[in-house]
Amino acid sequence: MPHSVATMEPPAQPDNETLPDAPEEANGVKLEDMFDDDDDEEFPASSARDVKMESSPAPAPEPVPAPFQSGVDSDVMLAFYQRLFPFRYLFQWLNHGIVPTREFGNREFALTLQNDAYLRYQSYPTADLFRKDILKMNPSRFEIGPVYSTNPRDRKTLRGGQMKPVSKELVFDIDMTDYDDIRTCCSGASICAKCWAFVTMAIKVIDAALREDFGFEHILWVYSGRRGAHAWVCDPRARNMPDDRRRAIAGYLEIVKGGSSSGKKVNLKRPLHPHITRSLDILKNHFGQTTLIDQDTFTSSEQAEKLLNLLPDKSLNDALRRKWSSSPDRPSTSKWADIDALAKTGKSSTLNTSTLRDAKQDIVLEYTYPRLDAEVSKKMIHLLKSPFVIHPGTGRICVPIDPKKADEFDPLSVPTVLGLLGEIDEYDAKHPAGTETEMPDANGSAANGSDIRGPRKMQDYEKTSLKPYIDFFRSFIAGLIKEERAGKRERDETGPKIKADPMEF
Amino acid sequence: MIRQDAHRIDSKRRAIIDPKKRQFATPIYKQQDYPHRLNLYDTPPTAEITLEQFEQWAIDRLKVLAEIEACSYRNKTPAETATHITPLLDKYLPLGSNTSASNGTVDQRLKNERQKDHYSHFILRLAFSATEDLRRRFARAETMLFRFRFQKDDSRERRAFIESLNLDWESVSEEERNELADHLISSTPGLRRLDEETWYKVDWEKVPELVERRSVFLKKGKAYVPGREQLAMIMAEFTARLERSLELTSRALPRLDEDDRLTPILNHLSKNFGSADSTFTEGEGHVDGAAITASSIDQLSQHFPLCMRSLHMNLRKNHHLKHFGRLQYTLFLKGIGLSLEECILFWRQSFRGKTDDEFNSQYKYNIRHAYGDVGGDARRGRGYPPYSCQKVLGDNNVGIGQSHGCPYRHYSVDNLVGLLQTTGVNDKGILREVREDVGKQRYHIACNRVFEFSHKNEIKKVKEDGTWSQADLDTIVHPNVYFKRSYLLKQLAKAPGRD
Repeated sequence: MPHSVATMEPPAQPDNETLPDAPEEANGVKLEDMFDDDDDEEFPASSARDVKMESSPAPAPEPVPAPFQSGVDSDVMLAFYQRLFPFRYLFQWLNHGIVPTREFGNREFALTLQNDAYLRYQSYPTADLFRKDILKMNPSRFEIGPVYSTNPRDRKTLRGGQMKPVSKELVFDIDMTDYDDIRTCCSGASICAKCWAFVTMAIKVIDAALREDFGFEHILWVYSGRRGAHAWVCDPRARNMPDDRRRAIAGYLEIVKGGSSSGKKVNLKRPLHPHITRSLDILKNHFGQTTLIDQDTFTSSEQAEKLLNLLPDKSLNDALRRKWSSSPDRPSTSKWADIDALAKTGKSSTLNTSTLRDAKQDIVLEYTYPRLDAEVSKKMIHLLKSPFVIHPGTGRICVPIDPKKADEFDPLSVPTVLGLLGEIDEYDAKHPAGTETEMPDANGSAANGSDIRGPRKMQDYEKTSLKPYIDFFRSFIAGLIKEERAGKRERDETGPKIKADPMEF
Repeated sequence: MIRQDAHRIDSKRRAIIDPKKRQFATPIYKQQDYPHRLNLYDTPPTAEITLEQFEQWAIDRLKVLAEIEACSYRNKTPAETATHITPLLDKYLPLGSNTSASNGTVDQRLKNERQKDHYSHFILRLAFSATEDLRRRFARAETMLFRFRFQKDDSRERRAFIESLNLDWESVSEEERNELADHLISSTPGLRRLDEETWYKVDWEKVPELVERRSVFLKKGKAYVPGREQLAMIMAEFTARLERSLELTSRALPRLDEDDRLTPILNHLSKNFGSADSTFTEGEGHVDGAAITASSIDQLSQHFPLCMRSLHMNLRKNHHLKHFGRLQYTLFLKGIGLSLEECILFWRQSFRGKTDDEFNSQYKYNIRHAYGDVGGDARRGRGYPPYSCQKVLGDNNVGIGQSHGCPYRHYSVDNLVGLLQTTGVNDKGILREVREDVGKQRYHIACNRVFEFSHKNEIKKVKEDGTWSQADLDTIVHPNVYFKRSYLLKQLAKAPGRD
């Protein structure tokens, strides 16, 4: 049990121990009064029992292929939860406010324990209890599911089908394994700066579509710890969508379609939809840099043949094939340029220039457009790994990514848990206890009783390179909560009068 | 639940009617005069009808719905469905337009037709709200019926009907329309001139179908819908309302328990809503006498339909299948009678590259789950039934590197033909016909065509000696039926004169 570990910790109690007192006082407020439940019956009962089937293969605990981090052992994990994990902010993020509500209390958490046992339907009334249980169980990671109509822990006492998912963030999952047929540098679980470019493109394209087309504003991008990224769309309008609307969005965004044997994977009608035109504008340059130069995708004759299969004109293809087989090592950039060059010479009598242009656009999209794991987005009940947990294989923290600075994000420089613990020790060695008192309170959104007692003690994360990520997360939450409050007020004014807003603080 | 309802009553009424007593309050009688042919079925009927009418009307509507569902299972095109359904509708559920009446106003005949349509809809609601599965099927069939009638309606009446609905659609100003002209044109398929259309601005959630197909322009959460896409919006509205009320009906259903006149009728109705080919009862696919073990699958795979055979070939080639491929294949194997133990053994041997630990931790659970050995909800029945063609075809999302689904639908035609050739179908004529079928999206027909081709001698024989009736050779709409029939036919050929 973790308790034996606790003695190894430095005597200084982690600051998170004194978590918000305020929630406790507010527990007297009746939950019914804080919510109007109009939404309850809007949600089709999707059967929760499917989840195991659907979600298990993707996040199945993968054996660590390389011994480079030799995994993250349970002591390190526990120290991370005790000293660094931002429980309070995670709570505020899911609760959309500071007073604990059903939004957090009925939220499902699924824990993967150190022995790989998988515990579903965990839930916690407050941030404190949430933290306590995570410290007790010390999971190697945990996932976040939907808010249910009742407390998920009570599901066994209910008649079948009575517990229904009510809301969850709209989520997206981008995983590099889906790119294996178009990346040449790595495959499977490994990743390098070259292929991370695909994730960067995906973030830009999806983020733009969600904001401009669907009008969503609160989109949290999170590094998945190894080779991908997740998006959490947190706008109330997105959270409350039933599954068919989620499916519509997934369909809208999905362009690259088809399995290993379906041939050309992008087949678009002309004229191009504005979403695709915009995506193409974003992706064009990336195609030039990433596909043609960095990946040099079409050098191998096999890949070049695949490219030819995507072009429409037979005689042009034959001319290209002849040219390329005479110079086997011709780089991708030249090959790409050859297509237009040969087309202009007019060697092919059947060539239709607009068909060729369309095919080239399709190719650019096939090689750069985001490949989403659409199943994850379509179902409210799907679980997705929580932000800020540790990826057990790499030891890296699943930190948020600022979509405005997506280009600057480097997955290989994301802090690892061992690195962070080292940074705390380093800082503590430089600033022995007692000198760290004069910290201004940077904790505006989470003001609580403990701060009144005197100058705030510095939190452990502030001593490390995790700080900018947590600060980013906090500002994200602040924006979310602000809108949530505005929305509530509006509803109170127009809707039936309920008594003074208990969310006011 | 009751407490929430209390919130919805306005505060003045709350004092008068206790929500617990409210259900016994006298229903407010609302005279329905059916001004329109179409009906969104918002108001339940309150007039009295006889028990005979109750049953007869429901049965008539049920006949129509069952046929509609059967058409969709057989992948008929809308035009084919229309020709099939029209005579049935005229016979069982006629619904005339206002213009069809002698003097153009709603006369008694029309009222009666509309009343029957209205009442039968609500009776079936009662019969089909009990389980999730029935609700979904009912909503689907009703939506198709509504769509069919809506399209048939004459345009003036259709407009009047839509106006009567008071949907909140904001029309787009000319200024805004011109500003967005390029976007509107490029996102609306088949549109040539902008000013032909009235444009509406609605929340995109109202037109999920259009959004999913990417055939509407979206800006900041608003969809710009051309007037002629009204159908999509009305359909969405119809489905949404119906699903919501079915859900409510199901909660109210227990109150009917005390009624011994209606309950038997309703139970009887819901049992009879079914086209047999859509469901697959346990054990139906088992073949007597065939030794089905992990080691015999390779041999048996020659009888598998193409969807399963390609999975099998992929499995043998890569020693791996992705999740949905495994699920589709496992359920099929379960359907042909492979026991759980043998099935685990089969997968264990097939995943050569995995260690026992990996296999046990990552794959075994899913196999057991598919068989209903673990997980699931005991109260709702464990495990899953083998996929029907409908289900296999319906997967719109065969992703990268995945190989499940229906090859006729999800493979490119060239790859499909290549695959057929590797399975021994080389006849040029057949391959050309398959290409045509697939081009017309008649995947079923293509698959059955291949079946008939590769079993043509056997089929001829059983037809000649009369051992198999025409019903035994009906169109195949389930992979397990394909296997069973193929296996039996080949066995007959091997042992001539056994029957």
